[in-house]
Amino acid sequence: MQWETVIGLEVHVQLATRSKIFSGASTAFGAEPNTQACAVDLGLPGVLPVLNEQAVAMAVQFGLAVHAEIPEVSVFDRKNYFYPDLPKGYQTSQMYHPIVGAGEVEITLDDDTTKRIRIHHAHLEEDAGKSLHEDFHGMTGIDLNRAGTPLLEIVSEPDMRSAKEAAAYLKAIHSIVTYLGISDGNMAEGSMRCDVNVSVRPKGQDAFGTRAEIKNVNSFRFVERAIAFEVERQIELIEDGGKVVQETRLFDPERDETRSMRTKEEANDYRYFPCPDLLPVVLDQAYLDHLRSQLPELPADKRARFQSKLGLSAYDANVLSASRDMAEFFEEVHRVCGDAKQAANWVQGELSGALNRENLSIQHSPVSAQQLGELISRVLDDTINGKAAKQVFQALWNGQGESADAVIEAKGLKQVTDTGAIEAMIDQVIAESPAQVAQYRDSEPEKRGKMIGYFVGQVMKASRGTANPQQVNGLLKEKLDALL
Amino acid sequence: MHDKTVTQLAAALDSGELSCRELTSHFLQRIEKTDDQLNSFITVTAEQALIKADAADKARASGKAGKLTGIPLALKDIFCTQGVKTSCGSKMLDNFIAPYDATVVEKLSAAGTISLGKTNMDEFAMGSSNENSHYGAVKNPWDLSAVPGGSSGGSAAAVAAGLIPAAMGTDTGGSIRQPAAFCGITGLKPTYGRVSRYGMIAYASSLDQAGPMARTAEDCAHLMNVIAGHDVRDSTSVARGVPDYTETLNAPLSGLKIGLPTEYFGDGLDPEVEKAVRDAVKVYESLGASVRDVSLPHTHYAIPAYYVIAPAEASSNLSRFDGVRFGHRCDAPADLVDLYTRSRAEGFGEEVKRRILIGTHTLSEGFFDAYYTKAQQVRRLIRQDFLDAFEDVDVLMGPASPTPAFDLGAKKDPVSMYLQDIYTIAVNLAGIPGISVPAGFAGGRPVGLQILGTHFAEAQLLNVAHQFQQATGWHLQLPAFAEENA
Repeated sequence: MQWETVIGLEVHVQLATRSKIFSGASTAFGAEPNTQACAVDLGLPGVLPVLNEQAVAMAVQFGLAVHAEIPEVSVFDRKNYFYPDLPKGYQTSQMYHPIVGAGEVEITLDDDTTKRIRIHHAHLEEDAGKSLHEDFHGMTGIDLNRAGTPLLEIVSEPDMRSAKEAAAYLKAIHSIVTYLGISDGNMAEGSMRCDVNVSVRPKGQDAFGTRAEIKNVNSFRFVERAIAFEVERQIELIEDGGKVVQETRLFDPERDETRSMRTKEEANDYRYFPCPDLLPVVLDQAYLDHLRSQLPELPADKRARFQSKLGLSAYDANVLSASRDMAEFFEEVHRVCGDAKQAANWVQGELSGALNRENLSIQHSPVSAQQLGELISRVLDDTINGKAAKQVFQALWNGQGESADAVIEAKGLKQVTDTGAIEAMIDQVIAESPAQVAQYRDSEPEKRGKMIGYFVGQVMKASRGTANPQQVNGLLKEKLDALL
Repeated sequence: MHDKTVTQLAAALDSGELSCRELTSHFLQRIEKTDDQLNSFITVTAEQALIKADAADKARASGKAGKLTGIPLALKDIFCTQGVKTSCGSKMLDNFIAPYDATVVEKLSAAGTISLGKTNMDEFAMGSSNENSHYGAVKNPWDLSAVPGGSSGGSAAAVAAGLIPAAMGTDTGGSIRQPAAFCGITGLKPTYGRVSRYGMIAYASSLDQAGPMARTAEDCAHLMNVIAGHDVRDSTSVARGVPDYTETLNAPLSGLKIGLPTEYFGDGLDPEVEKAVRDAVKVYESLGASVRDVSLPHTHYAIPAYYVIAPAEASSNLSRFDGVRFGHRCDAPADLVDLYTRSRAEGFGEEVKRRILIGTHTLSEGFFDAYYTKAQQVRRLIRQDFLDAFEDVDVLMGPASPTPAFDLGAKKDPVSMYLQDIYTIAVNLAGIPGISVPAGFAGGRPVGLQILGTHFAEAQLLNVAHQFQQATGWHLQLPAFAEENA
């Protein structure tokens, strides 16, 4: 039987506010346990939450970025359950009236086509603390530094049909939130995590199959792998005559498998009700207009502009718009050199290669966008040739010069375009290579084109790479042919 | 000194006739001497109080004193106090010392008042008789066999007995007004949001409201001047200017339109209580007020709605008492669930457990709409009843409680206890202010006249109450206990 996979994602994005969603405690990552938890975060008796306006603004910005409806009124609810790292015995979240309504996101697939994934809603909530099992014998330590960190939970419709689509969706969300600057998107530090709902159904069937929810997957790669495993598990189960049960599963990246965590029967009744300590959040049009006017150009718009205005290929446009830092770097290079194609080639080629080798992010590139743009300009205006350009890049990377011009000057890489000088070098090479000249003369005319390469190489060597290769080629051909 | 009002004591401090230390020592001695009979205090902070009294004397001497500098008072043990045990009447918090002051406490302290201690209360403010305290029942100074009312019973009894000139209470369903009525003192429940809830241990967040309890409306006005106002730490506190509540106390009442809700004078109302209330209304007529009957048609839904909403919120608010971070933890828990269940089973009393279970049930899947959502709809209707009534009249008057204080142990059935709050509960659901003033006696026990106003009408209520107290002497009567033990 042909099976179809149905996937929906709940993405938890940690918002980059300085303080927590309901208290003034810091949200900085990596502090000593329980040093960033105030009385409110500890859930001490009598304390009350005060909503962080920045978290609201960030959630709304996300909503605007995915063209979502932003309801005038949203309400915080309490989700009640007991857990040692949940200090108040409830999590303040939004169940019935979330801050962001239905919206949509465009994802780019491998074949450069795009697909729209609908967003059901996004809501604000507070994170819980962390339970630490390793350092305590027979006991559990609780670190409440993370308690109260603002999260935006983005819930998709079940619109994805493959693990690749799910990963592309997650990347699209990642790209939007980092563009907006509302999250650092650092998945390793848990700034973005997702729950994946997976089901399978016979192709052509409308009704959804029974779904399993895979909790807390924290990398693009794991999302793909967890889904791949889960799809296979469910299909095998059904084909063997079994039935998928609705349950929560965990992905174990070490074993590359998902494991049952709890079934529906064991699930909590969270007893949601409106939090009486917080007023409804009321947003007026002026506020939304203000936030809208502050939105940066978003990845989808950038991608479209890169293609239509700059003439980049869909592939290039997609790669260069995926992260805001990458896009901004590219645009600066382009601004300086004026050639989008060359800028795209250099950023994705030489620069990305070097960054990858040294495991650096583009913000930490030793070669600045200004420097790279100037370097490309020197190629475009024939000051240097491509080969010399790579040397210049390497020198800039190593910090051996302030600018492309300085390196060109210092290393004497300026391209030789003086015909007389090139002719002199050609004459010398021809004079020093009688055997090769004889070979050239005796060859069939159609093979002579290939043989000319040897002479070009010798001339370039003689010029220490600075001779203009086109000129060398043309002049060599003339001179060799004159010897026939 | 114990029969003086806050206003009189402040005048005595002003004139130098009394020092803050003398005043504080006097009340501390009274507490020490007599409170074992009343049980109105859980914690007495004599040492801190005397240190603050000396500081207050210095402030007064250097002319840096405010109106209330050096006035002793007591705090219901629901208000968190930095460095002093805050038990909320529960074994669960018997070992809890808050690292911060409630906003109300902070404000009172900044105004120079001196807390002599923390008063007894029904556990987590759940009760109408003060019999639900882990620290034992409080007794009514008018009759030691009677309850003082709840849940601010300790505060009410201490003021009535002259152990303290004023105290802070909280009112979720009548917990200031009913004990004030039972003990023959004046208690004001302000508009919801008028006084910060920060640092006040939550029972039912959407209903809880702190307020003053004292001998007179004038004293309550002085205290309101200190505690009212917006608090950035409490999102539900209202950002709205605070009037000087003492300024309008003497406004004449001629032309005042009083409404008597017919629903407050029906079955179950003690005839003597009714007579006292109707006599009080006559006093108002003599002061130039007009009286008419009004109807609050949804009144009889108030108690059922309250006993859905309050326990629902309580079940959630009390989840934090889990034995993990603070408060009571059971011995040697076998595992996590054992830690939770035994800590809570041991830490909470019966009434608290009952309400947690009610709340957990009404919020649970399949019951939420039938109970919680419905109760919120009823709440809106009740609020609308009041708003409609205030279109026609300025204030509403009626009894604070259907009976005077009942005997300790008299009400074994929780529902009959819940019915005690029949005239007070709707006020919390609507969020409007209410005050109870002494208005006579029934069977030798005090009767409270309840006066209700529209949202933020505290100044008017205090004016109306004060004028009554200018015309009558009920508020001046002290229980024999106060004199015998002087």
